[in-house]
Amino acid sequence: MTEPEERTDAKIEIRDLTMAYGDFVVMRDLDFSIRPGEVFVIMGGSGCGKSTLMRHMIGLKAPAKGRILYAGVSFWEADPDQRTRLMRRFGVLYQSGALWSSMTLAENVALPLQQYTDLGPEAIRELVSLKLALVGLAGFEDYFPAEISGGMCKRAGLARAMALDPDILFFDEPSAGLDPISARLLDDLILELRESLGTTIVVVTHELASIFTIADNAVFLDTDTKTQIALGDPRILRTESPDPKVRRFLNRGEDGAKAE
Amino acid sequence: METTATQPGLSFNRQDDDSLVVRLTGAWTLNEGSPSAREIAKQVESNPQIRRIAFDTQDLTDWDSSLLTFLLQVGEACSRHDTVLDEEGLPRGARRLLVLAAEVPEREGARKEETRAGVFTRIGLGAIEATGSIRETLSFLGEATLALGRFLTGKASFRRSDLTLIIQECGAQALPIVSLISLLVGMILAFLGAIQLKLFGAEIYVADLVGIGMLRMMSPIMTGIIMAGRTGAAFAAQLGTMQTNEEIDALQTMGVSPMEFLVLPRMVALILMMPLLCVYADLVGILGGMVVGVGMGHISLPAYWTETRGAVTLTHFWIGIFQGIVFGVLVALSGCLRGIQCGRSASAVGDATTSAVVTGIVSIIVATAIITFVCNVLGI
Repeated sequence: MTEPEERTDAKIEIRDLTMAYGDFVVMRDLDFSIRPGEVFVIMGGSGCGKSTLMRHMIGLKAPAKGRILYAGVSFWEADPDQRTRLMRRFGVLYQSGALWSSMTLAENVALPLQQYTDLGPEAIRELVSLKLALVGLAGFEDYFPAEISGGMCKRAGLARAMALDPDILFFDEPSAGLDPISARLLDDLILELRESLGTTIVVVTHELASIFTIADNAVFLDTDTKTQIALGDPRILRTESPDPKVRRFLNRGEDGAKAE
Repeated sequence: METTATQPGLSFNRQDDDSLVVRLTGAWTLNEGSPSAREIAKQVESNPQIRRIAFDTQDLTDWDSSLLTFLLQVGEACSRHDTVLDEEGLPRGARRLLVLAAEVPEREGARKEETRAGVFTRIGLGAIEATGSIRETLSFLGEATLALGRFLTGKASFRRSDLTLIIQECGAQALPIVSLISLLVGMILAFLGAIQLKLFGAEIYVADLVGIGMLRMMSPIMTGIIMAGRTGAAFAAQLGTMQTNEEIDALQTMGVSPMEFLVLPRMVALILMMPLLCVYADLVGILGGMVVGVGMGHISLPAYWTETRGAVTLTHFWIGIFQGIVFGVLVALSGCLRGIQCGRSASAVGDATTSAVVTGIVSIIVATAIITFVCNVLGI
């Protein structure tokens, strides 16, 4: 999984990125690449800017400095049309699911399809049923988000994120607020999507169980130094990272360094 | 519950010349209120030969966080004077909590500095903030105008079912309250007029007063204010909650413009419904005036009717309708603007709602003043 990094075929490249709210710098000098078909985890302590990094990557917040490249195209320097075309290839699962509360689950999943395809209502209905069935919500088409549980909202959000068969799926804290079994099922679903559709997957999380199950590669953001302090396979970083902070994080506070 | 809790007590003993034994007695709980540590600080300050403070807690019956804050204060006083704090005599739990509280050092810069900026700094910051919010408002207005343009050319993407639902909410469902308010306003105008006009024996002109007053001024203003409180607030709360719940982000990443999808149907619905509500309010207001005029002013019904028809011209009617449309735009924009600007917390949604109603009502009154002035200049 960890062959040497080849910049040319990277799906997403983060180059020299600085994120800031006004004068307050959240993270600086971020630099990493995500290969196609990879499950890439953005990890770090609470409040370190993981979700902010994701907001930059999905086009909700412009970077203070640096570039985000999708297959070589710089997202924030592209013209609006090109940017919309790039965004169309993303699917995003927000922390709370972020389903549109005034619409049923079927309407939620159908909206991107209506927006971007010329499919007729019948075809859309079938696609919607398929997507909902894939996340285990067959038969819930006509429910409103308020009528189902948090875990189901999240899965419905995933169905919506997958509606347009995106190249890249972003997950913001997928296991937050889920019981261990649902969290595990969601992890399995993530791996399944990667295997069957070859989707590149970017996950923001600090859930260790989930990190070790799904991640091929990961970046660790550190609040104190305000930059990335580790990059690589978390299973290897766990024992071999030169930085004790990273080892402690990946071992729930124990050091975990291999005895020499 | 036992009620044997005794008052917390504090006394000191000097021992071996260089140490002070603090004797804690009774229940040191938040409910009882505990003695201040200032006494000890004073002791330490006035007797520089005290090098050590020890505790005697034999008669301490109960303790909670109030004891801990007391101990922390004592500890602070000790560290100021290089005095040793001997924790030996303290309850074990309290010692462990003290260690826990001291374990993680205060993060540098984490404490919010209470800085009092100078007058000029504050004016400057205020000005920067004001320009920021003006720029935000202007860009919102620009985007809303563009979205309206796309709507008129049929290119805007929104759900027709949303539009009809909002039309129903801000049209038909507003009828009861609009009826009540305009009936009362019509009656009030008639009462007021009747009393004054009676002095001149010109009671018949109540019909003119009510007719012109309602059509030109009162019905658009009252309808506008009702809609600001009812619909503008609802818009802000809906959009604000969607913002809090990341639903607007989800729209954006889906490539759907929140402006077209959310703001446009709300704006169009109010622009369509406000003039209709105004016409309705005109009729109900005149009816209210008629009830009072005929009932109290002893004007015959046909006379009142003829007088109203003579006084009310199409010009008055159109000015009223025009104002209604303007107020519709203002209420919809202020509601949606505050909703979109909303922060990500429950209290921010409350602020957005309040601010939407205030902005809506203020802009209605200012717009009325401008329109009245312009009409006056133009002589209509």
